[in-house]
Amino acid sequence: MKPYASLCAIVASLAPAADWPQFRGPDSSAISQETGLPVKWSATENVRWKADLPGRGVSSPIIVGGKIYITACSGYHAKWLHVVCLDKATGARLWERQFNSTGPTACHPKTNMAAPTPVTDGKNVYALFASGDLVALDGDGNLLWCRSLSRDYGKLQNQIGLAASPVLVGQTLLVPMENAGNSYAAGIDIQTGQNKWKVARERIVNWATPLVINVAGRIDAAFATTKAITAYDPETGALRWTHTGVSPSEVASSGRGDEGMVIVPGEHDIYALRPGAAGATPELVWKTGKVQLDFASPVVYRGRIYSVGTIGVDCLDAKTGTALWRERLKGKHFWASPIIADGKLYIVSEDGYTNVIKLGDKPEVLATNALGESFLATPAIADGCLYLRSDQHLFCIGGTK
Amino acid sequence: MKRFLPGRITSVALLLFVAFAAPLHGADDVKSLLAAIKAVGKEGAGNPTAARAWRELSRLGPDVLPAIFAGFDDDNPLTTNWLRAAADAIGDRALREKKPLPAAALERFVQDTNNPAIGRLAAYRWLVRADPAAPARLLPGFLHDRSPDLRRDAVDTRVEAATAALAKGDKTAAIRALREALSGATDKDQVEDIAKSLKEQGIEVDLAAHFGFIRSWLVIGPFDNAKGEKLAVVYAPEKSIDLQATYKGKGDVDCRWKSFATNDPYGKVDFNKALGQKKGVIAYAQAVVEMPAERRAEIHLGCATGLKVFHNGKELLFCDEYFHGIPEMDQFVVPVVLKAGRNEILIKVGQSEETGGSWADQWWFQARLCDASGVAVSVTSAMRPVPAKAGAGE
Repeated sequence: MKPYASLCAIVASLAPAADWPQFRGPDSSAISQETGLPVKWSATENVRWKADLPGRGVSSPIIVGGKIYITACSGYHAKWLHVVCLDKATGARLWERQFNSTGPTACHPKTNMAAPTPVTDGKNVYALFASGDLVALDGDGNLLWCRSLSRDYGKLQNQIGLAASPVLVGQTLLVPMENAGNSYAAGIDIQTGQNKWKVARERIVNWATPLVINVAGRIDAAFATTKAITAYDPETGALRWTHTGVSPSEVASSGRGDEGMVIVPGEHDIYALRPGAAGATPELVWKTGKVQLDFASPVVYRGRIYSVGTIGVDCLDAKTGTALWRERLKGKHFWASPIIADGKLYIVSEDGYTNVIKLGDKPEVLATNALGESFLATPAIADGCLYLRSDQHLFCIGGTK
Repeated sequence: MKRFLPGRITSVALLLFVAFAAPLHGADDVKSLLAAIKAVGKEGAGNPTAARAWRELSRLGPDVLPAIFAGFDDDNPLTTNWLRAAADAIGDRALREKKPLPAAALERFVQDTNNPAIGRLAAYRWLVRADPAAPARLLPGFLHDRSPDLRRDAVDTRVEAATAALAKGDKTAAIRALREALSGATDKDQVEDIAKSLKEQGIEVDLAAHFGFIRSWLVIGPFDNAKGEKLAVVYAPEKSIDLQATYKGKGDVDCRWKSFATNDPYGKVDFNKALGQKKGVIAYAQAVVEMPAERRAEIHLGCATGLKVFHNGKELLFCDEYFHGIPEMDQFVVPVVLKAGRNEILIKVGQSEETGGSWADQWWFQARLCDASGVAVSVTSAMRPVPAKAGAGE
């Protein structure tokens, strides 16, 4: 069995392949196994439905079973936080729960409090907001628990606004709270909302989502800041390893490569590390600066790495880091991360162009679809449809399923 | 076949009712459920008990909504969130099952200003769903309510009235509506929109006065803040205010108190203007406010760099961060009890040695006095005269 197959069983919590349960999908790889997905659409064609959202957000939708969960924020100083459940087939609102932010809500105008993407174990949904509010709800909108991390640990200091997403490993919710004030990561018991562990982290602003990896049967949770990438036991918070010889991106998240490698996007370089024994510094397999790097998290797919920057998308050999090709993209600024399905890469620009690229030895631009709204959220795929989240709407693009 | 006696039917029905009916809860039961939920503490302490109580509470009928809203706590948004979720679950179920919401009880709750402001807002939102005519009836009375959210809705209606009046060409009515709106507005976006509309009618709004910004200060500096690491160092102005004194500051310069009044519409005190642009330094600003009687208030501050705040010699805030937060109005909210008579407010602001752009040159603060809902507190800001002796920084 491939090393990450068992990992999928842990992190996806038995979510069916048609689901998208967290940031960047079933195993946070940004890859869907689905085929026959839409290629072309516009504001008037191939849009199955378009749902109004109660406020702003840059979080991705998550999809499990027949339901979509999405977060938003509204009101003066974005003090109202929303968790919304929509019917996947119709976009109809099934329920909505509103909370008052318990922490500071000031942030850069580009982002807002509904920036981290929620995560589901198939039964319940766990949503983190940039105010430090953390809520757990069941599929019917019943509250399981809520926490105020700002009241627990003090005011968060991030002049842009937090955006890293929580990740679920079994019964433990990994919560990344690196910031310039009281900086930490925590593993929270999803049954009670209480800490299983909490570790101090570098006092530095950071937006990268942690990555869960399987190292020869050992599950590590890797948290990256610009100072280092550090892995912990997701169950206990015990330190596994750290690598301070790299400078990971403060925004883009790491991904899993083949042959036990971890692909770490940096500010100027991209690194391939191979973790080994606990306590040992991972091997730096290769690094290269001949790649575009920006806010989007690269995707590793079938032996290649796809990294989106200001010019377009670069393709690298995942084994060696060798640059293979570059393709220009239509659109200005790519805050959202790309996702891949059925041999096609989907990447949406801030000004609303979704580029659909057929991947191969040479890329082929299949479509650049305009929707006329602004998109900063990474898309999601489920059950034959593509889900695109703008500031005020969620679009379901797809066929007649 | 045996006859199925009416008595047996009744017994069976009773058993079924007991088994499946919602548990009957008296007021004491609801109280204990609320108490269990409100007992949640730091780091999820009490969560399991609260979760059990929540499940039980959320199964109750909509008549319990006012009691839940009464449990909201203006000072504890965490427990309020727990209760809000219960109220929303109950209300949603009532609407789904087409059961009536307790509109009359909700309206009584909203109108009672002794109830928690955040509870009154939640009750109002549910009242509007039960009675869509409620806003027209209630909002005019909320213009000066202690709930900032209810005030906000009321302000919106006055602005809409002004817009309608202008559309009819009635400038007098429009100005009256705008002035009414301004009298209740405390949110920056609303105040700015109203001020802009009044300006279009030839009326200037003193934004600093409206928000309660302190504009008259005494300032002194610069003291040493090498590497931006000396905000905790206690310099002489923190020990006592002696307007006659000359202190040695950074680089051995003489530092003396001098007056500084800001004309900024948001009360910004820019030390680069007051003392000259410098790096790795600390400055102090002092204001004196006279109060007719003791009262609770809040000092709302904005600052891009390290900040310390004192009231009558007592430290209220220490934030040793430089360019990490979003510097804006109301960035920091510090509760304070203003004494009858004289109140000395001392602000200490650091400047780091960071470079890299104009952002790193920011060395300022802004401070306003208001109540817990954001309404400016009326004060008399007084400054002691500064001696005529010349010194460094003047």
